[in-house]
Amino acid sequence: MSPSAVALAIIFGIVGAGACLGFLAGAHRKLDLEQWTVGGRGFGVLLVYLLMAGEVYTTFSFLGASGWAYSRGGPALYIMAYLTLAYVVSFFILPPIWDLGRRHGLQTESDFFAQRYGSKYLAAFVCLTGAAFLVPYVQLQITGLGIIVEVASFDGIHRATAMVMAVAVVAAFVLASGVRAVAWVSVLKDALMVLAALAIGIGVPYFHFGGIGKMFAALAHAHPAHLTMPGATHNLGHAWYISTVLLTSLGFYMWPHSFASTFTARSGDIIRRNAVVMPLYTLTLAFIFFAGFSAVVALPGLANGDMALLAIVRKSFPPWFLGVIGGAGALTAMVPAAIFTLTAATLFAKNFYRPLFAPAMTDDQVAKLARALVVLLSAVALGLAIYSSTTLVSLLLLGYAGVTQFFPGVVLGLFWKRVTLRGVFIGMIAGVLTVVLLALTQHDPLFGLNAGFVALCLNFLLAIVVSLAANRRSAESRMA
Amino acid sequence: MIKRPSLGALLLALIPFAAMCFSVSLWDRVEPMVLGIPFNLFWLIGWIVVTTLCMWAAYRLEAARDKRNGGIR
Repeated sequence: MSPSAVALAIIFGIVGAGACLGFLAGAHRKLDLEQWTVGGRGFGVLLVYLLMAGEVYTTFSFLGASGWAYSRGGPALYIMAYLTLAYVVSFFILPPIWDLGRRHGLQTESDFFAQRYGSKYLAAFVCLTGAAFLVPYVQLQITGLGIIVEVASFDGIHRATAMVMAVAVVAAFVLASGVRAVAWVSVLKDALMVLAALAIGIGVPYFHFGGIGKMFAALAHAHPAHLTMPGATHNLGHAWYISTVLLTSLGFYMWPHSFASTFTARSGDIIRRNAVVMPLYTLTLAFIFFAGFSAVVALPGLANGDMALLAIVRKSFPPWFLGVIGGAGALTAMVPAAIFTLTAATLFAKNFYRPLFAPAMTDDQVAKLARALVVLLSAVALGLAIYSSTTLVSLLLLGYAGVTQFFPGVVLGLFWKRVTLRGVFIGMIAGVLTVVLLALTQHDPLFGLNAGFVALCLNFLLAIVVSLAANRRSAESRMA
Repeated sequence: MIKRPSLGALLLALIPFAAMCFSVSLWDRVEPMVLGIPFNLFWLIGWIVVTTLCMWAAYRLEAARDKRNGGIR
């Protein structure tokens, strides 16, 4: 068998095993809306934990992080900081969110806004924005799958073809079995992912340089500026680092799927305990970075940095091992892609379309609409993936710039009694518009700061000023 | 209305933010390498572990406060 046949056969074997596991988990249960989207609310703590972890480690950390370590250098370090600090933030905001959820029977982020601010239009805006900014996150996973098949086939299968195949598998997977399948495939995916990270992170530097320390010494000698900020870029310096870490760590739990997963926990205390332990999970990322940095010296000149991890694996290990790593990577892309399309489609059908346009719709009809939307959404993300050449990390940063605009509404709503609907709504619209505008006109970073962070500041400022002005007016009218 | 977090827990949470985010220009350097790893990368790896300790202390603070205020929520 040729090397590419060996690698591809093993990748398809692993993906097939994952799909079987998923279909088995979804089998012999009737799939109504509740069962399909929240697993019938019957998830134990372990399954919830797996689902949350499954959402954290995506193609972004696997190919994207190493890709930025290769192509950008120092600025990639923001990833280790933000994932850790995101759990610190979650320690304070998730328990009260869970508490509100239990008292008012909330299921989604839109529900939270509807309950706290009493406006179905704000809730609909949150739902639509959340679904829209999930699209680049899905696009990221599809691009990752395309890269995996392209590298593993020794460039025999074109990336666009590979992406079409990948999307078909993911959509079939979601339609057939829903969220329970996803949680169980997460187990397989996470186990493979940790093993893969350790094997690559230690193996690659050892094979090419004789050890991790020797690899860094060689890199520091050959490219002295690569390991610090701004690394290989000219505009990602310390101000960008601070603003990006703040934006992404505050926004981490603003993703609709992450926010909603809070509600599945058994108690607020469990969430706080999770926040204490979860940062340690971030340590595996260091090994991914080791591989990306090794490739800078051992495999210079790659046109696409996101291919660095797999290309260096292909150069260092036998084809069967490339297959194992590719298989782990494929699951790492498929599981989150399934979660995101499922979340976005259900949100749109249940929190946007039904309350505003078709209040008489039954749950069965909502479920049907959501399934149709899964297909539509996958197709949109596929189209974007084929025609865009952005790095994986940039795609995720765009998504973060969007969803973090929910943060002021959430945190002010939880801890500030005087915040008003008008203030939050105006702030959020201004924030989202600023993000879209700066992204389309390619003004990111803006004055050395992350554009999403600039929008977040504007958002916060408007929410507070408008709320205070309303308080003052109502105080004056009481006096008169 | 929601219960606000205690000042102690907030201060404990500020430590990792100060160390991993705001102070970046103080530790973003390659030398001295520690255990063969560039200083900035080593600094972040170390602080991942220390962050867990900080949040464990914050957890103990909050849990003790919940207990004083009667019962587990």
